[in-house]
Amino acid sequence: MMKQLTWKDLPIGGTVVEPGNARRNLTGSWRTERPVIDQDACIRCRICWMYCPEPAILELKKPYATKAGKRYDLTYEIDYDHCKGCGICAHECPVKAIKMVPEVTG
Amino acid sequence: MAVAKALSTREEVVKERVGLTSNYAAAYAVKTVDVDVIAAYPITPQTTIIEKLAEFVANGEIDAEYIPVESEHSALSAVVGAAATGARVFTATSAQGLEFMHEVLYIASGLRLPIVMAAPGRALSAPISIHGDYQDIMSARDSGWVIMIASSAQEVYDSIIMAYRIAEDNRVLLPVMVSYDGFLMSHTTEPVELYHEEYVRKFTPRNLNRPRLDPRKPMTIGVIASPDWYYEIKYQAINALKESKNVIKETHNEFNKAFGTNYDIVEKYMLDDADYVLITYGGASSGNAKEAARRARERGLRAGVLRLRLFRPFPTDEVVSAIKYSKVVAVVDRALSPGNTYEGPVFNDVVSALYNKGINKPVISVVHGISQRTMLSDDFYNLYKKLDEYAKTGEYPRKTIFIGLRGGEA
Repeated sequence: MMKQLTWKDLPIGGTVVEPGNARRNLTGSWRTERPVIDQDACIRCRICWMYCPEPAILELKKPYATKAGKRYDLTYEIDYDHCKGCGICAHECPVKAIKMVPEVTG
Repeated sequence: MAVAKALSTREEVVKERVGLTSNYAAAYAVKTVDVDVIAAYPITPQTTIIEKLAEFVANGEIDAEYIPVESEHSALSAVVGAAATGARVFTATSAQGLEFMHEVLYIASGLRLPIVMAAPGRALSAPISIHGDYQDIMSARDSGWVIMIASSAQEVYDSIIMAYRIAEDNRVLLPVMVSYDGFLMSHTTEPVELYHEEYVRKFTPRNLNRPRLDPRKPMTIGVIASPDWYYEIKYQAINALKESKNVIKETHNEFNKAFGTNYDIVEKYMLDDADYVLITYGGASSGNAKEAARRARERGLRAGVLRLRLFRPFPTDEVVSAIKYSKVVAVVDRALSPGNTYEGPVFNDVVSALYNKGINKPVISVVHGISQRTMLSDDFYNLYKKLDEYAKTGEYPRKTIFIGLRGGEA
């Protein structure tokens, strides 16, 4: 187990001397429900990507072909390390392609 | 002021002897230490400090940025920002202005920023009063700042120089407030000996050693701390304040050596064999109290005065050892702690200091000079006589005595 830091070990005044370390603060554990994207229903409108406050929607240059034969260059995926499960993406999605699924089942 | 053994150095360091108000003395001290950023908003009775500083900056006498702000909240926020980059900063305020700064007071101490502020004390509204007492300073008491209370214009000048050294010390890194009587000191002229710049700069070298904002080396100051870390960071700051007492004493000693002065964190007047001791702070009260002690001695009462020069951190050991052998102690407060068992804020500090050392002795809480109600040395002389009466009868008042209150207490 990691040694617990004490008040003596903290940088003075709670200063964060290492830039960009919030990346290591994984907020995914806060989640009670996870968003799941239905890639076939998704129309690549980017609205979820815009509204996500974390931001935990990843815009990937990954081609995808739907069952109906429509081809996309982009794929949107969720960064589950940082998604807090707020549900804004699911609420905003105009085609209801995002479902909130309980994190723990049974 | 100058002690005999150090007079030779005093002659060397003193550039000129001029007449200055305590406010001007504060401005001259800031000029001599070479600050980088000044931000302040005018408020009575502080205004003349920053007017003088604005004049210095406008005339090119100080190479500093003067930030005209729209409020005290902004003034302290601006110096917080500047201090975070490692700049040497100054601001000043009083009363409602200090209250308006209140939330930023905690930010300055929580972020451990070496800010120096002059704060002539003033009564708080309502009713509106521009006159002097120490209510504003008492309200800032728990904000984690080092608080010094000076009693002469010379001491204001010297204390601000010392304040930079204390604030920037690696073991402290806390904001320092130098307070003194509003109007009675801030607006009255006294002789002040100004020092040659090179001696002051030698005493306040720029060797600030703390993380600072720098675009070439990104970092974050003022982050959110979740419940699992706020407590520790806060403790770090209060521990630094507690420990700062040694640094403050050390700084006083070094200042005395360098400038031929005789400062200590408490000032003792005729205390060695005193039966009756008045504990006071600030200029007017200590001056008149000393005069009263002298008169009481002439009439056979062994009277003495203990003046608090350092208010936070509270000089517990020094206060207790100074009053240990006295019969009766009265703490004269120029501020109120309404609703407390006793209404004198410093009285409560003194009692808790005595309790800490296991000493139980009669201590009387006295309030006087609220909103600059005139405190005559007669009042203090009569207080000594009262202390003598109490000691003879063995009956001590169990509530705060409000001297000079028209109609008496309820």
